Amino acid sequence: MQTNKSKNSSATPKAAFYNRAEVRSVIFQVIVFLGLAYFFYTIYNNTMTNMEARGIRTGFGFMSQPAGFDILLSLIPFEATDSYGRTFFVGLLNTLLVSAISIVFATLLGFLVGVSRLSSNWLVAKVATVFVETFRNIPLLLQIFFWYFAVLATLPGVRDSISVADSIFVNVRGLSVPKIVWSDGASIVFYALLAAIAGAFFLSRWARKRQENTGQPFPTLWATLGLIIGLPLLTFLIAGSPASVEVPKLEGFGFKGGMTLIPELVALTVALSVYTAAFIAEAVRAGVQSVSHGQVEAAAALGLPHAKVLRFVTIPQALRVIVPPLNSQYQNLIKNSSLAMAIGYPDLVAVFMGSTLNQVGQAVEIVFMTMMVYLLINLTLSMFMNWYNARIKLVER
Amino acid sequence: MDNTFTPIEARKPPSSAIGPIAWMKESLFSSPVNTLLTVFFAYIIIRFIPPVLDWAFISANWVGTTQDECTKSGACWIFIKQWSGQLLYGSYPEELRWRVNLALIGLVAVVVMQFFLPQHLRRRVGWVSLLVYPLISIWLMYGGLGLETVSTDKWGGFSLNILLAFAGILMSLPIGIIWALGRQSQMPFVKVVCISSIELFRGVPLITILFMGSVMLPLFFPAGVQLDKLMRAFIAITLFQSAYMAEVIRGGLQAIPKGQVEAANSLGLGYWKTMRLIVLPQALKISIPNIVNTFIALFKDTTLVLIIGLFEILSTIQAALQNSNWLGGHHIEGYVFVAFVFWVFCYTMSRISVHIEQKLNTGHSRS
Amino acid sequence: MKKSVLFGLVTAAIFSTNVQADTLEDVKKAGMLKCGVSTGLAGFSQKDEKGNWSGLDVDVCRGVAAAVLGDASKVSYKPLTAKERFTALQSGEIDILSRNTTWTATRDTSLGLNFAGVVYYDGAGFMVNKKLGIDSALKLDGAAACIQAGTSTELAIADYFRENNMKYKVVTFETSDQTRSGFESGRCDFLVSDQSQLYSLRIGLKDPEGAVVLPEVISKEPLGPVVRQGDDKWFNIVKWSLNAMIEGEFQGVTSANADEMAKSGKPGQKRLLGSEGDLGEKLGLSADWAHQIIKQVGNYSESFERNVGMGSALKISRGLNAQWNKGGILYSPAMR
Repeated sequence: MQTNKSKNSSATPKAAFYNRAEVRSVIFQVIVFLGLAYFFYTIYNNTMTNMEARGIRTGFGFMSQPAGFDILLSLIPFEATDSYGRTFFVGLLNTLLVSAISIVFATLLGFLVGVSRLSSNWLVAKVATVFVETFRNIPLLLQIFFWYFAVLATLPGVRDSISVADSIFVNVRGLSVPKIVWSDGASIVFYALLAAIAGAFFLSRWARKRQENTGQPFPTLWATLGLIIGLPLLTFLIAGSPASVEVPKLEGFGFKGGMTLIPELVALTVALSVYTAAFIAEAVRAGVQSVSHGQVEAAAALGLPHAKVLRFVTIPQALRVIVPPLNSQYQNLIKNSSLAMAIGYPDLVAVFMGSTLNQVGQAVEIVFMTMMVYLLINLTLSMFMNWYNARIKLVER
Repeated sequence: MDNTFTPIEARKPPSSAIGPIAWMKESLFSSPVNTLLTVFFAYIIIRFIPPVLDWAFISANWVGTTQDECTKSGACWIFIKQWSGQLLYGSYPEELRWRVNLALIGLVAVVVMQFFLPQHLRRRVGWVSLLVYPLISIWLMYGGLGLETVSTDKWGGFSLNILLAFAGILMSLPIGIIWALGRQSQMPFVKVVCISSIELFRGVPLITILFMGSVMLPLFFPAGVQLDKLMRAFIAITLFQSAYMAEVIRGGLQAIPKGQVEAANSLGLGYWKTMRLIVLPQALKISIPNIVNTFIALFKDTTLVLIIGLFEILSTIQAALQNSNWLGGHHIEGYVFVAFVFWVFCYTMSRISVHIEQKLNTGHSRS
Repeated sequence: MKKSVLFGLVTAAIFSTNVQADTLEDVKKAGMLKCGVSTGLAGFSQKDEKGNWSGLDVDVCRGVAAAVLGDASKVSYKPLTAKERFTALQSGEIDILSRNTTWTATRDTSLGLNFAGVVYYDGAGFMVNKKLGIDSALKLDGAAACIQAGTSTELAIADYFRENNMKYKVVTFETSDQTRSGFESGRCDFLVSDQSQLYSLRIGLKDPEGAVVLPEVISKEPLGPVVRQGDDKWFNIVKWSLNAMIEGEFQGVTSANADEMAKSGKPGQKRLLGSEGDLGEKLGLSADWAHQIIKQVGNYSESFERNVGMGSALKISRGLNAQWNKGGILYSPAMR
């Protein structure tokens, strides 16, 4: 016992109780905890007192009351008599819609511009540089104004629409295209599509395995593409074409029938895509430049054609550098989509934190809900991107 | 007999390899696809640039004081000229604007000093100016202590954008460092608090935080205590920026090899000394380019305070468009002007960032 | 040391405490009236190139400042967005909210605020493109509307179309200026807004003659100044300052003749201007409070014509906002 103790203390002279690292850490954390608890308690208390004194209602009772206003674009059926709660979902879906479309376009455009900056064509490289430097350095809000009020507003009016084959119309109110109206029995086409996707998935797995085992490549891209397009098409024809086409027609004040893509969505998508693409382009350029020349030269020496060098050598390695910044750019894009309110695209902030907040006046609940939704979307996206990043990461053996 | 070998003069490269024609062949028309691209972009440039130049310069209206004098078809720059005082300084009293100018000049001086001072002075002067300059500029802008007081609702225009951005970055630096250190802390509770703060303020749009500052913050204080509106916007911006700053600094911290900390520990340095003397100086140094980049982002985002009714440059334009003497629709002029101003500033700063990056690149690459 | 100076400065700059029970005392002590106005609305509250504020809403504040402080220029303007206006008043950031705010029962009862009167009787109306050849809002079935977000118009238009069994599409913009741009580009067939704004929006069009304002007025939008509940003395001061301007017009007192009328006017004029009676004392103000308002700001008619009427670019006719004996509904309670 005695010896044991002295053995221990000979290595480290025993510090005073309050000087030991573990104790200090506990004390520090308790202080932080108490401080924060006091802070939040005070805020909560003040808020409650203030709201009561000012007669502001609290709670989420307003969510079930009728909204009384209309919304331009809704992916779910919505009327003025529906509840405030429903305006929340309408706004949320619109946010997700514009974010999803913009992410796709921003990525495509970003890759294109990023690669163009390294192009051997002087003019192309310069244009790409000017693109990046222009759109990166101007506030997004101004760019949204620009696309909406300066570019799209110059389109012709409804009666002077630009028409293509009398079925597609472009005017200042948007793009009207024919709509496919499914009739009875069309569901089989949908099932065929599902089956084709599942088939394509298994096919590509099989192809990869075979290539890993035997080295035999398989034209996966064309095969899956053919499957996904061909199978539903075939089913459609066999089922006796259970669909008709509804062409938009000019009636009264605007176009009736068909589908209309509203200019607010277009302007916002373009602005978000272009702005984010400028940043993605920089990430892509950095990624491509990070792949050492030796890799490309070695691939060329093996006789791989240029396209295959890109596909099998450059891009997989560049992706490791590109994906982490992509993640934060995507998150920025989703957050920036809240600027929709500037041009009247009815996203979550415009509808819920705008119109609904103005009618209801319960700022605390509404702002809190809105913030939580964005947080949740971004955390989900972040988790997905981290998973993807881990998948493509260099596997060190 | 002279035996020395005299080479004949080297022949010039064939004309197909040098000169403008060769250059064009090489870099514009090297393949059919390239030729097509060149022609396409050349067409776009020729088609769109001249009308823009015509609008902005040739047919533009430069002289006059009212919108009735805008008679030519081009831009009405008289609008910008007449409102330039408001656009730059807001309602800051005209005879006191020298104070804003002085604060801005001081700002430039502080930044420039970091590049031109001799190495041994740089760090000492840097820290002092970082602490003292904000005080002096607050005093200059707000007044008191012998200067006439100018309340914050008179501040505005582009100087407000600059002020918000710089104040935001300065305040977010210490908070960001604390959050970043806390995120790597061994103490679980501290770690959780820091991670949630960072993720919360990084995961939501700035305008929701600004809204929070504008409509929720007043409720957080006991009755009778109010927070100035500009201050609330500033708090919102600082919280948002701190989260970004924390992530930037975390990147810097992670790049510091573990051996540095271990070496410091073996020398007997405690946590704070290790951080202050060993880790942070290195981490901050390699974070500088990214700090400048977040600064540019923040600078552009300061336009968003328009939605809570502060008169920064963009909302000043919108207010000007509402004035009954200027109802002629000068949106394009206004927005183009703001875009141009921001572009000049942001582009310059991004060049500076690249420059710093190249300068710093020497210290750490060890291959 | 350095830190404490900074802290002191910052504290002085950002915090200001006030006891909300007695706004009058606070205003007198500060020597400044804190007035919440719009961030920019032609004719009602607008900034000029020098940063000076003018407009009908602004004149209400100037009037109150003249009554309380004897100087109409002692106003500190706090530009507010629609969303933060009530919070600002509730928290005491401003003493009076004069920001084209519609007096509704809900706002009067659920926000802890009181409307002190009506400075402009407004109503939502329609502006359409002349080319459409439409003369009534009832022919707008299926049309697209440009409106401003966060206004009571948003509700009024939904009600109107539901009432008349018509359909419409709504494009909601953040500012009224943007609704104009939307209308001009043809994004929508008609623009819905308060009538007062329709006129200024119409002037801003490239071709003002190409647009017509339809006769229908689909909602009541009485706009007026707002104060906090629970301070009746201040409520009375704001209410009667506004009434003094209206009564001034009714009695024929103008900024030009106020001094003269105070000496040799009719009893009613003298009572208003404070040379007879003790109205000022009862309000807790100096005897010449109304005199100062009219002398420095003008009576209602002067303010109206200067800011939104024939003397301004907007050229709005008096309409509902004429005195009750001249075909309007403007009526000040008895000043005695």
